[in-house]
Amino acid sequence: MDGGAPLAKARPMEDEVKSVRQQKQAIAVQSDSLYADRVRVYPKAVGGKFRALKWRLLGLWLAVYYVLPWIRWDRGPNAPDQAVLLDMTNRRGYFFFIEIWPQEVFYLTGILILAAVGLFLVTSLAGRVWCGYACPQTVWTDLFMWVERQVEGDRNARIKLDKGAWTGAKWARKIAKHAAWLVIAFGTGGAWIMYFVDAPTVVSDFFAGRADYYTYFFVGLFTATTYLLAGWAREQVCTYMCPWPRFQSAMFDEDTLIVTYQKWRGEPRGKLEKGGAAAQLGDCVDCGQCVAVCPMGIDIRDGNQLECIGCALCIDACNPVMAKLGRAPNLIGYDTERRMAARAKGEPMRYRILRPRTLLYGMIFAAVGLAMAVVLATRSDAEINVLHDRNPLFVALSDGAVRNGYTVKILNKERTERIFRLEFKGVEGAKLRVVGLVETATWIELRADPDTVTTYQVYVSVDGAKVNQERADVSFVLTDISNLETATRHTWFYGPKR
Amino acid sequence: MPTKIEKELYQGKPTTGHEWDGIRELDTPLPKWWVYVLYACIAWAVVYFILYPSVPWFTGYFKGVLAWNSRTEVAEKIDEAKRAQSRYLDRIKSQSTDEIRREPDLLNFALAGGKAAFADNCAPCHGAGGAGRIGFPSLADDLWIWGGKLADIEQTVRFGIRSAHDKARSSQMPSYGSDGVLKPAQIDDVAEYVLSLTGRSTDKAAAERGAKIFAEEDKCIACHGKDGAGKADLGAPPLNTRIFLYGGNKADIVRQVTKPQHGVMPAWTGRLDDETIKMLTLYVHALGGGK
Repeated sequence: MDGGAPLAKARPMEDEVKSVRQQKQAIAVQSDSLYADRVRVYPKAVGGKFRALKWRLLGLWLAVYYVLPWIRWDRGPNAPDQAVLLDMTNRRGYFFFIEIWPQEVFYLTGILILAAVGLFLVTSLAGRVWCGYACPQTVWTDLFMWVERQVEGDRNARIKLDKGAWTGAKWARKIAKHAAWLVIAFGTGGAWIMYFVDAPTVVSDFFAGRADYYTYFFVGLFTATTYLLAGWAREQVCTYMCPWPRFQSAMFDEDTLIVTYQKWRGEPRGKLEKGGAAAQLGDCVDCGQCVAVCPMGIDIRDGNQLECIGCALCIDACNPVMAKLGRAPNLIGYDTERRMAARAKGEPMRYRILRPRTLLYGMIFAAVGLAMAVVLATRSDAEINVLHDRNPLFVALSDGAVRNGYTVKILNKERTERIFRLEFKGVEGAKLRVVGLVETATWIELRADPDTVTTYQVYVSVDGAKVNQERADVSFVLTDISNLETATRHTWFYGPKR
Repeated sequence: MPTKIEKELYQGKPTTGHEWDGIRELDTPLPKWWVYVLYACIAWAVVYFILYPSVPWFTGYFKGVLAWNSRTEVAEKIDEAKRAQSRYLDRIKSQSTDEIRREPDLLNFALAGGKAAFADNCAPCHGAGGAGRIGFPSLADDLWIWGGKLADIEQTVRFGIRSAHDKARSSQMPSYGSDGVLKPAQIDDVAEYVLSLTGRSTDKAAAERGAKIFAEEDKCIACHGKDGAGKADLGAPPLNTRIFLYGGNKADIVRQVTKPQHGVMPAWTGRLDDETIKMLTLYVHALGGGK
């Protein structure tokens, strides 16, 4: 009886766990091909603290995604009652109490800047938590992998299935999987359309065949991209397509939390052999579980690398092994470089949150956020734009007066018609006249149509004796006669050369 | 391709063999799916070549299986736009300019259409925006030689001034100098009087002599009226404002009295359709000087 059988022999498949990098290197040694075959990743199912958190977050994100377009928000008549809506046809963006016009697209810029700086801040503090827990690519890939497991089984079963011949059972499983993927892609990716048109209408129109060509096209497009990216492309998206992994290391420093392997403790790694000399070996038994569960197919023991999305599933994989062996947990865990170095030396550890980097990101985030809040709080419901006629710049009238022409645009962002009083300031004795209205006066009442831009051609005449500058600073002042809200626009009044 | 694949020192990865200042380029193979994307693009291009006009051909160019043509598309779009305009144009056709002016949406349409037509047909002489220049009256000021009401403007646009059309507006100022009616000194006096109408005379005695000539029954007053007030129905411009079609300096006035210039505006009826003429009328009226 052979009593010295290695423990590893009991799990023959696990023995062959190799990271994508190792497999590629093995191929590269044999081949001089300019093109690399894709090395398939077969992530193994894993349970644990972080997996549970990821499922919960996945549920939360999908719930937010689905519920948001169905929330109603009363904006009065003639306005959509969808809380979150990007109405491309009518060029309006709605977000609860906020309504933005195309010329206010800087709000969107502001939100994008906030998102970017927020991402920098979070990354410098906690590493790639965005990639690991919240990125749609990760969330959808997780969902698709779950489906794959239900249909084709776990890692070993899938490897076996892919290697096997194309039997009827294999066809059945593959077709079932792709059909399920397409249904999910349609149900999730296709639902994106609900953010751009009224959700209840588009859903009923879609299934009744009443929706327009664009709706079907975009639903098809987003279904296809969801299916391709989450079903087929997966880790290739993060490795080859996404720019973020390429420069996220610029946000990292020695105090950034990363998913990492405690090399000082694990090495030298080695299989645990019954009665073997365990004393010389580190805590890592080289069981390959961390590699087997990795959705990116990397070996976390190679150190921090751009492929790592920080999903922490390797932590979930390693901890039960350590527990079974009676060793301390978190051989793989969230840690910072500085803490790890201190840990290795047995020195006191500290986690520095306040660093020049995080303070700077925090300050930029706060400044942009504050500026956005101020702009939003002081956003007016009326604006005036003035274009001075350029040809001719001015007209000499028969009585010696000088006249300038202006195109005045009144932006009424309210849902009701408003009456404004238009005044001209800066030149004494100016008389206003509007084409279509016969009156000539020092001020004029103008009607502004609801929720649109109303344009008037305005002529301003000034007694020639009072025009003593070639170009005078003037302004138009618009006042709502009911609530006295004002809007002012600077312009010029031209006269003959002196 | 270098004949010998050099391996990089640390991981034994192949390099391209190229070296710059000691830095060698790794020869990492491209993922195959990436190459397939390129092939898919090439296939797309081939399909595109077959469907759409693409390459020179024996008979001009290969027109593509779909027979799509950008000119046809533009023509269709123009037709479509014209159909969309027709609901306005029909109303413009059936109504008078005064009626159109009272309907804001129709007026807006007419002003936009008039602006485009003005740039195409009128701007070469009258200037963009109707600013005018010497010999070509400004349409933006408030002085109208032939009247500034919508009906007046419409008639001028339709039939022109001194054009070949039967209904053209026409006026003829006699050549007082070149026909020997007045002597140069007398013309000088008349010019001095005209200047005095806007307070610009520097020779009071000459202006008084000029006033007498001006007021002679068969002379200036017959058309330009008492005190040079002008008569729009005769096309005689007022002389008591600062606006002069052929220049307002004394030399300009002397020249115009001696041997007047007579500008010509073509008749637009027959060249432009009825709707366009109405839209032009409304646009010119709205340039600032319409009465």
